[in-house]
Amino acid sequence: MFFNSTLETVALGTGALGALAGALGTFAVLRRQSLFADAVSHAALPGIVLAFILIGVKDTLSLSLGAALTGWLGALAVLAIVRASRISFDSALALVLSVFFGAGLLLLTAIQKHPDSRQAGLERYLWGQAATLRMEDVRAILYLGGLAALILFIFWKEFQLLAFDPGYAAGIGLPVTLLDSGLMLLLVIAVVLGLQAVGVVLMSALVVAPAVAARPWCDRLGTTVLLAGVIGGVSGVVGTMVGHALRAPTGPTIVLAVSACVVVSLSLSRMRKVLRGPA
Amino acid sequence: MAPLDLILTAAVTAAACAVPGVFLVLRRQAMASDAIGHVILPGIVLGVFVTGTLHSPIVIIAATLMGILAIITVEAMERSGLVRGDAALGMVYPALFSIGVIMVSMRAGSIHLDVDAVLMGELAMAPLRRFEIAGHDLGPWSLVVMSAVLAINLLFMLVFYKELKITTFDPAHAASVGFPPSRVHYALMSLVALTVVAAYDAAGAILVVAFIVAPAVIAYLLTDHLGRLITLAVLVAVIGAWAGVEVAVEADANVAGSIAAVFGGMFATAFLLAPRHGVAAKSVQRMRFAREFECGLLVVHLAHHEATAAAAEENRADTLEKHLSWPAARVTRVLDRAIRRGLVQQVGPLVVLTDTGRAQAREWVKPLG
Repeated sequence: MFFNSTLETVALGTGALGALAGALGTFAVLRRQSLFADAVSHAALPGIVLAFILIGVKDTLSLSLGAALTGWLGALAVLAIVRASRISFDSALALVLSVFFGAGLLLLTAIQKHPDSRQAGLERYLWGQAATLRMEDVRAILYLGGLAALILFIFWKEFQLLAFDPGYAAGIGLPVTLLDSGLMLLLVIAVVLGLQAVGVVLMSALVVAPAVAARPWCDRLGTTVLLAGVIGGVSGVVGTMVGHALRAPTGPTIVLAVSACVVVSLSLSRMRKVLRGPA
Repeated sequence: MAPLDLILTAAVTAAACAVPGVFLVLRRQAMASDAIGHVILPGIVLGVFVTGTLHSPIVIIAATLMGILAIITVEAMERSGLVRGDAALGMVYPALFSIGVIMVSMRAGSIHLDVDAVLMGELAMAPLRRFEIAGHDLGPWSLVVMSAVLAINLLFMLVFYKELKITTFDPAHAASVGFPPSRVHYALMSLVALTVVAAYDAAGAILVVAFIVAPAVIAYLLTDHLGRLITLAVLVAVIGAWAGVEVAVEADANVAGSIAAVFGGMFATAFLLAPRHGVAAKSVQRMRFAREFECGLLVVHLAHHEATAAAAEENRADTLEKHLSWPAARVTRVLDRAIRRGLVQQVGPLVVLTDTGRAQAREWVKPLG
């Protein structure tokens, strides 16, 4: 009874978004950069509004580019603050996240009064309105996601080394800084894509939770990334269906779906440990 | 000029948030304010369901308890070893926040709680809600509540200044002399939760982070003294709040967002131009040190070969380029500076140390034994 063509499109979209965010988020979790996703997603807001002001249209691709740009800037700002001052990583993160978000809200509310700029399309980036996803959005998602997957595939070996032993990677002469920004770019792409499904505020869960749920069951990076992708994708589809059935916003239901996966996964892994006894 | 009520409410809210913010920043727990800002939403919603109004002490207490509960949950997850602290934080708060949002959206008809207001705050509306006791209007609700929270925060800090200071800067020493750091930690977290809850309808879930963290971070770039740090943070908070309100009224935009943006501008200025910890001051320091070091290298080189057979070759102005492996331009520059300072003299092709120069060379090598 749920299935109609619109809902199918939406489920396809959120499933793809969840899968991408989950797979790419694995690296962030492994490299202890989970909260980076949070900063990037909040920092994306001013970019979305600016792109709308400058270009005046609400198509997914240009808004996503704006989001990626300021999200990326936010991440760079965090790194620059930590490197060039005595402010600690978490303070820099909290500062960048809230200031960028504040600037975004300032812009968003300032243009709200503008006569022909109903920002109805922009609101979906705050809370994620998966229900408004259309076929062209899904296509944009698949393009950007394909690009991310391609980059991941080409530099798999290098990224893997960077995630587990950055010191060694630098030692054998890999361009660590460049690879670092490459991985950051992948994270930015994952966040920017996911924004449409769950919104700025809840995005970090979609990046972090699938990897955390997948981690206890995999010993290899490849399988972790795949499993995290599957968990993210399934959560996206299930969350959308539940949200639709309850008439609740889909962002929060997707987040709860993926959180449920974490609870189940961690409890099972705990039980497995208890059954097997101390290693 | 913005309405005085609005400026006062914004300034007091920002000041009340800035006080515990100083300790969060010093203890590297700034992101805890972000987590608390999100997790108290279900607490607030539950409180509203029970009391029927957003403006009741019961709501504040329920939400504060929820905040403390979430912090304990994250710490327990971290201790279990299954999830690292940052990942636990990044998951727990969106989950609790989602529960809150779904609760709001499913009961939206029956309560006056707007999902957007949760995100953005409604400072502009603050002066409209009055705080009344037995029919007496005591002023805007937010102003009265935030003044009380500011007083509580200041009082807590004055009474426990010593404990806060010692557990922040040297937790191991604090534990050994009988101040358990964990007790201070939970007291501080409770205070943060209370502050965030009280500031919620003014600042919203996310911007309250800016109110808590930004003034402390800006002040931290300007001073090294804890007492001055707190005073400066409060001052920055008040100035930023006032300027932000003016911007918001001018642009007809969200007040808390404008204040956060102004804090961002103040931070950028301090980051670049702060007297000792700013980027500009540090690069000047670095340049000055590089210059000192060049002179030092020159005099040590000269002193090393002085009065040896190699002096005629090593200490010539035109061979320094080779022996110090410096580009010619740098040799000229450093020689000029050293002559101006009276460290060396040029005697024919040779560069000869003066007594001052010789003394300085000794100073440079002294730390090397």
